[in-house]
Amino acid sequence: MAPASLDVQSRAAAVQVRGLHRTFSTAAGEKHVLSNVSLDVPAGGIVALIGASGCGKSTLLREICGLNTPEAGAVLIGDSPVTGIDPRCAVAFQEPRLLPWRTIAENIALGLPSGVDKETGKARVAELISLVGLVEAANLRPRQISGGMAQRASLARALARNPAVLLLDEPFGALDALTRLRMQDLLLDIHAAEPTTIVMVTHDVEEALYLADDIALLAPAPNSHGAHVASLTTVPGSRPRSRTDAVLAHLRQEMLEGLGVSRHH
Amino acid sequence: MTAPTRERVTNKAADDDPNESPTVAPVSSKPARRRLNKRPWVIAGIGLIVPAVLLALWHWSTAVTGYFPIYQLPPPASVWDAGIDLIQRGELWTHVAISTQRVLIGFLVGATLGLAVGAIVGLSNLSSSLLSPMIGALRAVPSLAWIPLLLIWLKIGEDSKVTLIAIGAFFPVYTTVSAALRHVDPHLSEVGRAFGLRGFTLFRTIQLPAVIPSVISGLRLAMAQSWLFLVAAELAGASMGLGFLLTDSQNNGRVDRVLLAIVLLALLGVLTDIVIGFVEKRLLRKWS
Ligand SMILES: Nc1ncnc2c1ncn2[C@@H]1O[C@H](COP(=O)(O)OP(=O)(O)O)[C@@H](O)[C@H]1O
Ligand SMILES: [Mg+2]
Repeated sequence: MAPASLDVQSRAAAVQVRGLHRTFSTAAGEKHVLSNVSLDVPAGGIVALIGASGCGKSTLLREICGLNTPEAGAVLIGDSPVTGIDPRCAVAFQEPRLLPWRTIAENIALGLPSGVDKETGKARVAELISLVGLVEAANLRPRQISGGMAQRASLARALARNPAVLLLDEPFGALDALTRLRMQDLLLDIHAAEPTTIVMVTHDVEEALYLADDIALLAPAPNSHGAHVASLTTVPGSRPRSRTDAVLAHLRQEMLEGLGVSRHH
Repeated sequence: MTAPTRERVTNKAADDDPNESPTVAPVSSKPARRRLNKRPWVIAGIGLIVPAVLLALWHWSTAVTGYFPIYQLPPPASVWDAGIDLIQRGELWTHVAISTQRVLIGFLVGATLGLAVGAIVGLSNLSSSLLSPMIGALRAVPSLAWIPLLLIWLKIGEDSKVTLIAIGAFFPVYTTVSAALRHVDPHLSEVGRAFGLRGFTLFRTIQLPAVIPSVISGLRLAMAQSWLFLVAAELAGASMGLGFLLTDSQNNGRVDRVLLAIVLLALLGVLTDIVIGFVEKRLLRKWS
């Protein structure tokens, strides 16, 4: 575990997922998506969730923040179980989901915790806007900005909560390579300055290796249609990591094989 | 020369540089708006061509050639004179005022109820199952069918007329609002919930703004419907109003006044539509 996570208990809260099951009833019948998922994220830790498309990563995030309730199992944040939508969590969804009638600044303000006073809120929003590089877009509407900018706005909205648990669903998926690297560093800076527990879904193994303490691979459980945590890999070294580490290169190969990408690909 | 358009900005792909200036949007919106500001006058001008031609034809076929006898189609000038005459007697204003008042009150009552019931049915599945079949059945009743009932219950007074107009205004608003609320992007409502909004705050922050464009088009339909129902109400029994002017003039064989009433109804309908259109533009600028 990164040493940074040791002195951050003040705000960040540990997340424990215990034997979680989730089934959707669809027109085609019952669909078992999560099957006995267990996952531990220490307070202030960063866990990356990887896995094939449609295996249930987004579903797991929704369970953690209480947008869905599991049929069996439980999620604990700190010591208390998640029973409904949990105010300690903030989510950046897979799609930016900005309100089209609000400006970017107003959209980000939606993420502010309730009861924050106006001036503080304004300052926080302004700070986040400049952090994610949207100063010039602050007064534009979502339809006037690009997909990548919208995704950064959605990230800023989640950060506005200063949450105990930050849930990111492919947060950098729509960004170009360069911006993606910048945003990864930005996330680490924010994490260092305002410690929070992060669970992030990503398709990018490099990103997982660069950002996470642990990488959880979600894959079909044996004898079940649902997915479970098939492997949990602790990434060696502490952040900030080199992007060209040889050990990491080896791990990367392993991860890709876990995702079903062959060596010769 | 192609001016930068909104569309080009909207569909901009997911390229990105946090320091890059945010596309051409703020620059491009200016010429686009100026162009739109000029347009209404041009469009209104073009829209006047056909009425002007018809007016000329009307004048030509009556006053000039006498193709239509005066008791069938009086020339535009006599319709104008009929209007002046009614103004001088102080009657025209009364007719217009009472009709407008009925329409506005009926519209307000009907639209408010339409908004309220539409919101309830659109937001709650239970009330939708409970209410929408019944309301759907009531909507299917033709407007004229209500008149005998209203006359028996409320007598020939303001109440029965305003009620009929309110019925007319209710359904378009109810239908558009309830349907629009049911189709609010569930992703957006979920964002609201995920960020801790519930109940009325959730409605005010997410659902209401999302349905504003539909609400306005519902109100617009309701206003048109209100004028329709006004005439139905006034034809059925009134001592004042444009509908009364129509029946009264028909009984007296005053074709000029009948035509005058029709022209006035058209003008008033257009006028109220323009007012709503103006409100629409302002609201849409803010809410979409
Ligand atoms: N509300 C829902 N109703 C029915 N099926 C769902 C629902 N949400 C997700 N699923 C199904 O669950 C599976 C996992 O979805 P998701 O968690 O979004 O996958 P991903 O790992 O790509 O994020 C998919 O097969 C999807 O079709
Ligand atoms: Mg997903």
